[in-house]
Amino acid sequence: MADQKQNINAATTDLIGWVDRRFPLTSTVKAHLTEYYAPKNFNFWYFFGALAMMVLVMQVLTGIFLTMHYKPSAAEAFASVEYIMRDVFGGNIIRYMHSTGASMFFLVVYLHMFRGIIYGSYRAPRELIWLFGVGIFLTLMGEAFFGYLLPWGQMSYWGAQVITSLFGTVPFIGPDLMEWLRGDYLTSDATLNRFFAFHVIALPMVLLGLVMVHLVALHEVGSNNPDGVEIKEKKDKKTGIPLDGIPFHPYYTVKDTVGIVVFLIVFAAIVFFAPEMGGYFLEHNNFIPANPLVTPEHIAPVWYFTPYYSILRAVPPVLNSQFPGVAAMGLSVMVFALLPWIDKSPVKSIRYRGKLYKGWLAAFVVSFLVLGYLGTEPSNLWGQLGEWAGGADRATVVARIFTAIYFLFFLLMPWYTARDKTKPVPERVTK
Amino acid sequence: MKKLLIIIALLPMFTFANTAEKLESAPIDPSDKASLQRGARTFVNNCLNCHSANYMRYNRLVDIGLTEKEIEENLLFAGKKVGDTMSVAMNPKDAKKWFGVTPPDLTVETRARGVDWFYAYMRGFYKDESTASGWNNVVFDKVAMPHVLYQLQGEQVLNHETHALELVKPGKLNPEEYNAFVADLTNYMAFMAEPAKQQRKSLGIWVLLFLGVLLVLVKKVKAAYWKDIK
Amino acid sequence: MSVSDAGKDKPSKNSELSFQEPSQVDKEKRQFLVTATAAVAAAGATATAVPFVGSMLPSERAKAAGAPVEIDISDIAPGEIKTAEWRGQPVWIINRTEEMTAELPKHNGRLSDPMCEITSQQPAYCKNADRSIKPNIGVIVGICTHLGCSPSAKLEKGGDMGENWTGGFYCPCHGSKFDLAGRVFKGSPAPTNLVVPPHSYIDDNTLVVGIEAEMEA
Repeated sequence: MADQKQNINAATTDLIGWVDRRFPLTSTVKAHLTEYYAPKNFNFWYFFGALAMMVLVMQVLTGIFLTMHYKPSAAEAFASVEYIMRDVFGGNIIRYMHSTGASMFFLVVYLHMFRGIIYGSYRAPRELIWLFGVGIFLTLMGEAFFGYLLPWGQMSYWGAQVITSLFGTVPFIGPDLMEWLRGDYLTSDATLNRFFAFHVIALPMVLLGLVMVHLVALHEVGSNNPDGVEIKEKKDKKTGIPLDGIPFHPYYTVKDTVGIVVFLIVFAAIVFFAPEMGGYFLEHNNFIPANPLVTPEHIAPVWYFTPYYSILRAVPPVLNSQFPGVAAMGLSVMVFALLPWIDKSPVKSIRYRGKLYKGWLAAFVVSFLVLGYLGTEPSNLWGQLGEWAGGADRATVVARIFTAIYFLFFLLMPWYTARDKTKPVPERVTK
Repeated sequence: MKKLLIIIALLPMFTFANTAEKLESAPIDPSDKASLQRGARTFVNNCLNCHSANYMRYNRLVDIGLTEKEIEENLLFAGKKVGDTMSVAMNPKDAKKWFGVTPPDLTVETRARGVDWFYAYMRGFYKDESTASGWNNVVFDKVAMPHVLYQLQGEQVLNHETHALELVKPGKLNPEEYNAFVADLTNYMAFMAEPAKQQRKSLGIWVLLFLGVLLVLVKKVKAAYWKDIK
Repeated sequence: MSVSDAGKDKPSKNSELSFQEPSQVDKEKRQFLVTATAAVAAAGATATAVPFVGSMLPSERAKAAGAPVEIDISDIAPGEIKTAEWRGQPVWIINRTEEMTAELPKHNGRLSDPMCEITSQQPAYCKNADRSIKPNIGVIVGICTHLGCSPSAKLEKGGDMGENWTGGFYCPCHGSKFDLAGRVFKGSPAPTNLVVPPHSYIDDNTLVVGIEAEMEA
C-alpha cells in the first residue's frame, strides 16, 4: 500500500516536471495562488470579486446551452424561449439560471465596486485595475442590454427601441447612427440578429479579456485591504513575504468557497422559488411577444439600469434636444473612471476618513438607490406639484435633486476629500 | 456598513408594496389535480375555439394526472395528435375581421397579467351597450372579447354609484358555483403558463438541502485552515 | 480542491509572519475534511450536469415529430415501392411480388447476415426469411448502414446493375448493395443489414411505423 502510494506520488512529480519544462505550470500556480500573498484582514466585502468571477463562468456555461436551442429571428425568438422552457429537458432550469445570473451579476458587481470605493482600492498604484474594472462594468452593461432583446417580448422590444433611439439624439449624425445600429427603420429582425451576435460572441470575448487584465494588474500590485495599508512595505527579512500577507491558496480559496456556497444558496432560492422576483428579474410584460404597433403602458428598464434611466428622465431637454439627458446618463456611468484622480485624501480607507467624506458617500448611496427606485416607476408616481411649480411631477423633481447629488459627489470630490479631517493610518493592518 | 446592507435588502419590499394592485386573490391550488383537469376541459371547450396556446403540448396534461388515452378521447380536436401543441384552426385574419383584434395566444397569459387579474377578468364582464360586442369588463376597459360564459354566469351590470357589479339575470350557475368554475380555469391557466413550476419547486428543496450540507462542510474546512492565521 | 504541500517554507510559531505551519494532527484533520467536502461537491456537480447534458437529448418537440406515423399501403401495386417519412428519415414500404419473395432465400450464400443474427437491425418479429410481418410487404428504413446515405431502389433484375443483380437497393455513395429485404451483400462497405423499424398493422391497408407489433402468441 505505502509503496503504491509512493509510486503514484513519484509518477505525479515526474509528470509535473515534464509539463514544467514545457509550460510554466508550477511557477504560475505559485505566482497566482500558493505564493500570492493577500492581506490577512479581508472582510465580508472581499467576497464579491470571486463571486463575480463565478457568475461569469455560470453565465457563459448556461449561455452556451441556451444558444443550442434559441433562434435569433423575430419570427421564432419568443417561441424558441418558450420551447426551451417547456420542451427542452432541463431547459427551464438553465434559462432561469441565466436570467437570474444576469441580475445577480449586477448585484455582485455593484457590491464589488462599492468595496473599491469605500476602501480606496482605486488609488495609486491600482488605477489601472480600477480602469479595467470600469471597462468590465461598461461591457457588462452592453452585454445585458443586448441580451435583454433576445427573448423578444414587449419589454425587450421597447427597451431596445428606446435605447437605440437615444443614439438618434446625438447632434448631426443621430438619425443615421440610429438606423445603422438597428439595421432598419425600427427595431426589427435585423436588430435582433446583430444583438445576438454581440451578446453571444463579441462582448463575451471582450469581457473575458478585460477580466484577465484586471486580474493580471491586481496580482502585479497586490490586493488592497480594509485598512488601505500597503502590506508590501513591511516584509519579513528572511523570506521577503509581507508580514501581514497570507498565501491566497489555501487560505482565501477555502474562505471564498464559503462565500460561494452562501451565494449559491441565495441563487438557488431565487432560481427555484422566485425566478421572476416579483417582476424585477423577469418582467411581466416580457411574456407578451414583441409587437411593434403597441407600446406597453408602463415601460421601465430592468432594475440594474434604473438609476441611469432616472438620470436620463430627470434632465430636461435643452433647445428641444434630448441629448443633454442622454449625455448625462452616459456621464453618470463613465464618471467612475475618474475616481483615482479626483480623490485627494491622504488616506484610502473609509476607516480613517472624516465625517465630510462619509456624509457625501452616504448621500451618493442614497441618491443611487432613490434614483434606482424612481426608474422602475412612472414619473407621475407621487402626483404633481401645485401651480407655483408649473405642475411638475413630484417624482421628477425628486429625481433632479438626487441627480444633482449624484454628480456633486464626483464633482466636489477634489475639494471635500482634501479638506476632510482624517485619522492617522496604522503601520500594519488591524483585525 | 451592516445598516446599509439591511437597507439594500429591504428596499425591494417597498417597491413590491407600491406596485401591487388591489385585486382579489385567486383561490387556486396548483396541487389540486381534479381542479386542474376541470379547468383544462373548460379551456379546451371554451377558449381554444378562438385562442391558441401554441407553446402547450396536449401530452403535457399528463402532468395534471390525465393519461394520453384520456387526453386523446376527451380533449383532442379531430386530426390532432397528443404530441401536438394547442394551436387554433381559426385564421388570424378572419379573427381580426370578426373581433377587431386577433385573439392573443394564451399559453403564458397569466405570467403577463397575473392569476388575480385573470380571475377578476373572467368574473368582471358586464352589459354595456356603448361597446361593439355589448360587453365591457371592470379590469379591461372596452374589451373586444364578448362574455363567452354569460350563459353560466348570467348578466351583470355596473352600478355607477357604488362601482360594484350587480347580477341582473342569473345564469345556469349560482355565483359561488361560477366563482369555483372560474377558479378551476384560472388554476389551469397558471399551470399552462409554466407546467414545470411545481416540479421546479420540489427540486429546489433538495438543492437547498444539499447546499446546506455543503455549507457546513466548507465552513469546517475554512475554520480548520484558518487556525494557522495569527 | 487539492491542497498544496507548501509546508516546507511555512514559518514556525515564533516567526513574525501572519501564518504558521500546522501540526501533523491538524494536517490530517484537514485532509479528511477536504476529501469529504470534495466528494460532496463532486456529487453536486454531477447532479448539476444532469439538466445540461439532458438538454441535448431530443426535446418534446422532436419526440412529438418522431411519433408513430400511419401509412396507407392500399395504393402500392405489387412490385412497387413507396417512401414515407418517420423521424425525418425515409421509410420504404415495398410490395414484393411472389417472384421477388421466392428469390430471397436463393441468394443467402452471397449475404453477410442472411439469417438476421444481428438483432439490432430488426424487431424480433421480423427475424425471418423475408424480414417482415406480411411476407409481401417489406418495411425498411432507407438509410445505408455504412455512412448514412439513402440507397436507390433498383427493384428490377439485371439492368445497369449487371447480370447477377436479383433486385434490391444500391447505395450511390460507396456502392453498398442490399437485396429486396434490405440484407447486405458480401463485399459491401456497409457492415450490417438495413434497419427494419418497429411497425404494426391497424388493418389490412394501414401500417403504423414506430409502434411495436403485438407479440404473436
